Formats: sequence, C-alpha cells, structure tokens
Amino acid sequence: MKIVVLVKHVPEPTAAWRFADDLTLDRSAVEGRLSQLDEYAVEQAVRLGEAGVPVEITCLTMGPAPAADALRKALAMGGDRGVHVLDDALPGSDVLATSLVLAKAVQRIGFDLVVCGMASTDAEMSVVPAMVADRLGVPQASNAAELGTDGTTLTVRRETDSATEEIAVTLPAVVSVTDQSGEPRYPAFKAIMAARKKPVQTWSLADLGIDAADVGLAASATVVEDTQPRPPRAAGTVIVDDGDAAGRLAEYLATASFL
Amino acid sequence: MQLTEELEALRASVRDFAREVVAPVIAGHYEQHTFPYEIVRQMGKMGLFGLPFPEEYGGMGGDYLALGVALEELARVDSSVAITLEAAVSLGAMPIYRYGTAEQKQRWLPALVSGEALAGFGLTEPGFGSDAGGTQTRAVLDGDEWVINGSKAFITNSGTDITSLVTVTALTGPDEISAIVVPSGTPGFEVGPGYSKVGWCASDTHPLHLDDVRVPAANLLGQRGRGFAQFLHTLDEGRIAIAALATGLAQGCVDESVAYAKERRAFGRAIGDFQAISFKLADMRTRAHTARLAWHDAAARLVAGQDFKQYAAMAKLHASEIAVTNAREATQIHGGYGFMNEYPVARFWRDAKVLEIGEGTSEIQRMVIARDMGL
Ligand SMILES: Cc1cc2nc3c(=O)[nH]c(=O)nc-3n(C[C@H](O)[C@H](O)[C@H](O)COP(=O)(O)OP(=O)(O)OC[C@H]3O[C@@H](n4cnc5c(N)ncnc54)[C@H](O)[C@@H]3O)c2cc1C
Repeated sequence: MKIVVLVKHVPEPTAAWRFADDLTLDRSAVEGRLSQLDEYAVEQAVRLGEAGVPVEITCLTMGPAPAADALRKALAMGGDRGVHVLDDALPGSDVLATSLVLAKAVQRIGFDLVVCGMASTDAEMSVVPAMVADRLGVPQASNAAELGTDGTTLTVRRETDSATEEIAVTLPAVVSVTDQSGEPRYPAFKAIMAARKKPVQTWSLADLGIDAADVGLAASATVVEDTQPRPPRAAGTVIVDDGDAAGRLAEYLATASFL
Repeated sequence: MQLTEELEALRASVRDFAREVVAPVIAGHYEQHTFPYEIVRQMGKMGLFGLPFPEEYGGMGGDYLALGVALEELARVDSSVAITLEAAVSLGAMPIYRYGTAEQKQRWLPALVSGEALAGFGLTEPGFGSDAGGTQTRAVLDGDEWVINGSKAFITNSGTDITSLVTVTALTGPDEISAIVVPSGTPGFEVGPGYSKVGWCASDTHPLHLDDVRVPAANLLGQRGRGFAQFLHTLDEGRIAIAALATGLAQGCVDESVAYAKERRAFGRAIGDFQAISFKLADMRTRAHTARLAWHDAAARLVAGQDFKQYAAMAKLHASEIAVTNAREATQIHGGYGFMNEYPVARFWRDAKVLEIGEGTSEIQRMVIARDMGL
C-alpha cells in the first residue's frame, strides 16, 4: 500500500515570529521544525505498517531549503523516502496554490492513501487536506482519531464535539488525523542515522508541469493586508460565593451568550 | 565546534522529549522523592541507554558525543533524569561492555542497553571517596564463589525496582583491587534506604551493605587486580558525561533566566533592561558556551582515540563550577520566586552543587590536571 504523508516545516511555535515587508511570515528569522500536528500523521502512517499491512511511506513537503530538515525527521520517525518540492516561485503561495502543488506531487508519486495532520501549527487553516482530496478526485475523511486498514478500505473513528463516528472509506483516499490519534514517537539515534541514508528527491515546478505563474504570492487569491500582535489577555472574572454564586454564574454565562 | 547533522537531530529529538515528557511531571517526582519509572521507560524506548553501545547488544552505535548531547538536553530541563542516564550508561553498563567477558556481556548488556534494567557502580565507601584506592570491602575466593563483605556509600541506581546489578570494587588480596558483579537480590546484599538528598531528588541513591554475599567466581569483571585501573578509566570517560550534564544545567539557567528577565517588571520596565541583569545573562551564556566547547573537545579526543584524561578533567572542573555559578545567578535573577521549589531554577540551584563533588571532586580534577603538567 502506497502512503503519502504531507509534512510541513513550520516556525518553532514557542519562538517569536516576525513578518517580512510583504506581510508573509519571515521564515528565515525563526528556527523551524516539523509541524507537531504532522508528526501525528507520520506516526499514524507508520503504525498502519506496524499493524501488518505492508506499506511504502513517502513523506512529501513543499517549502524552502530548510524544509529538508522536517523531511529528515519524518524519515527518522519511519518514513521510507522523501520528496521535497522546492522552487523559487513558491514562496507566498496560499492554500489554493499549495494544494495544487501537493496534489500534482502526490499524483506523480502514486498513492493509495494520503495522510495529513489536522492543521498546520502556523497558518492553522485546516483546508489543505480537503483541497488536495478534491484535486485528486478522491474521498476525504477528516479529523481521524483512529485509523485501520485492510489495504482496500480505510476505517476511521472521527471525534467531533457532538459525536463519535465510525466510517469506512474506499481507497484511494485522503485522511487527516488529530492530536488524539496517538503520541508520535521520538526518533532514536539509530533511526536518525538510518534516515540520512533514505532517498530524498527534490522536484521543481517544472518537474510537476506547473506554470510558475499559478503559484507564489502574486497568484494567491488571499492577500494579507495587516498583522496585529495578539491582544494581551484580559483578567478573567472571579465570582466569589456569597451565597448567590450560582445565580451570578448563570447571569455571566447568559450575558456572554453561552446559555 | 560544529556537531554533525545527525547529532543535531538527536539533540532536537531529546530536547522535544525533555520539554514534552520530562518537564510537566518532574517537579512532582522531585517533591515526592519518587523515581520516574515512566520517563525512564520512554528514555529506553528512544534508545538513550544504548547511545554509545554497538548494535550487536541492541545499542544505537553512537559514541560519547551522542551520549553527551542527550545528557546536555535532558539536564537543560532536569538533572535527576540526566544523572540516572549518565550513571546507568557511564558507570553501570560501560564497565561491563569494556571489561566483561563475552558471556557477561550477553547476559547483562541487552537489558541495560535497552533501559529495561539499570546497573550501579559501587566504588565509594563510607570512609573512602576521593582516595578510592583505600577500599575496605573484601572479597575472598571460596571454591568457585566470591564471598564479599563491606559497605558502599552514595551508589546511584542501586536500589530501583529495575536495578539488575551493582559492580563493586573490593580487595581481593593485599593491594589488589578487583571489580565484581553483584546481582540485585543476592542474599546478604542489602540496599539501605534512599538518602534524603539536597538535590537530584528524583534520582536513586543508596548505601549498600554486603554481608557474606556469595557470587560465582565468574562474576569477576575484567582482570583480577585490575579493578583500580579499570575504574580510573571508567571515571575519566564519565567526567565527559558529567561535564555535558553540567553544561545542560548551566544552559537551562540561561533559558529560564532570559525568559524571566524579559517578562518580570520592576521600576516600570522589564528587569532585563537593567544592565546589571543583562550583563549577568551575557556572562551566564558565555559560561555555558565555554563549558560546551570543553566537553565537546574532550569527547572528540576520546572518540578519536587520543589522550583525553586531562581534557576530561578540565571539562568536568570547568563545567561543574560554572553550573554552580549560573545556578546561583539564575536564582538571583528570579528573586524570591527563585527560592521557591516550583521554579526550575530552584531545582537547578539544588542540583548544581553535587556536580563539583560526584565522579571526582573539583580538587581531584585539579590534581589530575596539575599532575599532567608534571606537578
Ligand atoms: C548524589 C551522589 C551520587 C553518587 N553516586 C556514586 C556512585 O554511583 N558510585 C560511587 O562509587 N560513588 C558515588 N558517589 C560518591 C562520590 O563520587 C563521592 O562523594 C566523591 O568522590 C567524594 O568522596 P567523599 O564524599 O568521600 O569525599 P572525600 O574524599 O572525603 O573528600 C572530602 C573533601 O576533601 C577533599 N580532598 C580529598 N582528598 C584531597 C586531596 N588529596 N587534596 C585536596 N583535597 C582533597 C575533597 O575534594 C573534598 O572537598 C555519589 C555521591 C553523591 C553525593
């Protein structure tokens, strides 16, 4: 079974982020890492293999040169090979352009299953999996907390605020997994060493047959007009129980439209 | 000195582990003086106990640089788990790997290398530490068994639920010191109650009493009478590991203090805006950096098969002393909060001092360095 895991190199979430003059994130100014939410995707792909179905896992990233580090980590976690889409025309690409590039690359790799994280830890839009599925013309299961497969069907347990659903999807398909799906492993040194020897291919837009005019900042449908630092957190409301706390709590919840 | 990409990737992996797995629970263990079995289990799973051992025993095929990188990153967050790893690898498993027979290695190493078991190294006695050649513990050969009598003090990893053995040094004749493997649970081998320690409160340290303990003659580790030379070499290597651990503690002080100095306000500004604080931080960072260079250099010499003894002593001396200094300054920068156990710098302060004592005091390091200059 051919699995492609989409992995993104993101700025370290605990670092201070800066924006460049064009209001895109200045990725060279912050240390990067494999998005933690994508680590869950790699973990799930590896576990599918460990559960008995023979898998070949390709980790796919689109990003600047340092994104190769994220790819190496994904390989140290158990991916078999990597594909890095690297092109000077790519920076600034929005989700439409990104999903176009990723879908073309997935097609070129060949796939039975595409596994993604539930969101990236930087942009947090959570739309890439759906867009990639649409471009590939295959079904998508989102927010999976548990995966299983016999090689032809994927079973998924989805957890939402209101319900837990068990669904089955016929492969090929795209699935996104949540941070409840199982803690990703910390790669051991032996796996890190082995990952250095795993094949990584670098593809350009030309390799994928994509016109540079269809990607990048200029081709993006969305434009960032302004950025603001997160407002400082306001002090919360403390209700001290003078015998009427229940009433005041209810009143507070009602004014805040929670009731 | 630049580390290889592989070592940097190892650093990132251990760093994530320390932040995500160790940091959230370690203060509780520290406060309760409990051994963090679950953390140790996960450290085993990620291969940390096997770092410098070859793959044939289940190791990771790395070396002392790899071990040092892991220790540094752990100690940046917590020293109890770091010393547990350091003692398990450098003092526990390494002598068996270096001096053990094929059978001894087959029998003991796989569980130690995987972290499923821990080994201790019993050199220090109640009456003898720095001059460990004064060992009073005695072992007498009776038929095909050693009969051992004596006491050991301050032995790390000797009393956990997963401790499989302690290698003890003992007199096997006049002026003849040998090392003998004593499996946990051997009759007469009594592990005393854990010490109440100032620091390293989540690590395992016990006094040991050996009362007519009988082990097979085949438990002799290395050559009879070579015990003294063996443990000197063991300690030389271990000093590099302690230096890496001390560097991590010193860096942890920088991490915590820089963040605090940017956040904490006094007289209408962040305390980091006061030069008295920012210069302290500049000095602290510089100290951590020089300690790192020193242990990297000593480890590189060891890995390259060069003379490293004096460099290991310098690295250990320097790193442990600057760790104490950085811990003191970090506590100062944190003000009253720095004296509260819930703050990591309070733990750093309590954990730093022993670095100038264990695996050779600062005075002993100076003796080694001076001797190397013909003094
Ligand atoms: C938490 C902890 C864990 C430990 N774990 C282990 C372990 O796993 N295995 C083990 O074998 N040991 C262990 N030790 C023991 C440790 O290695 C010894 O405490 C250390 O070597 C010092 O020995 P000592 O305590 O007997 O001090 P002493 O040797 O009595 O020294 C007392 C003081 O005199 C100084 N001094 C001694 N000789 C000289 C000299 N010639 N010139 C100048 N000054 C001198 C020393 O530097 C020191 O300042 C541990 C200790 C601690 C605290």
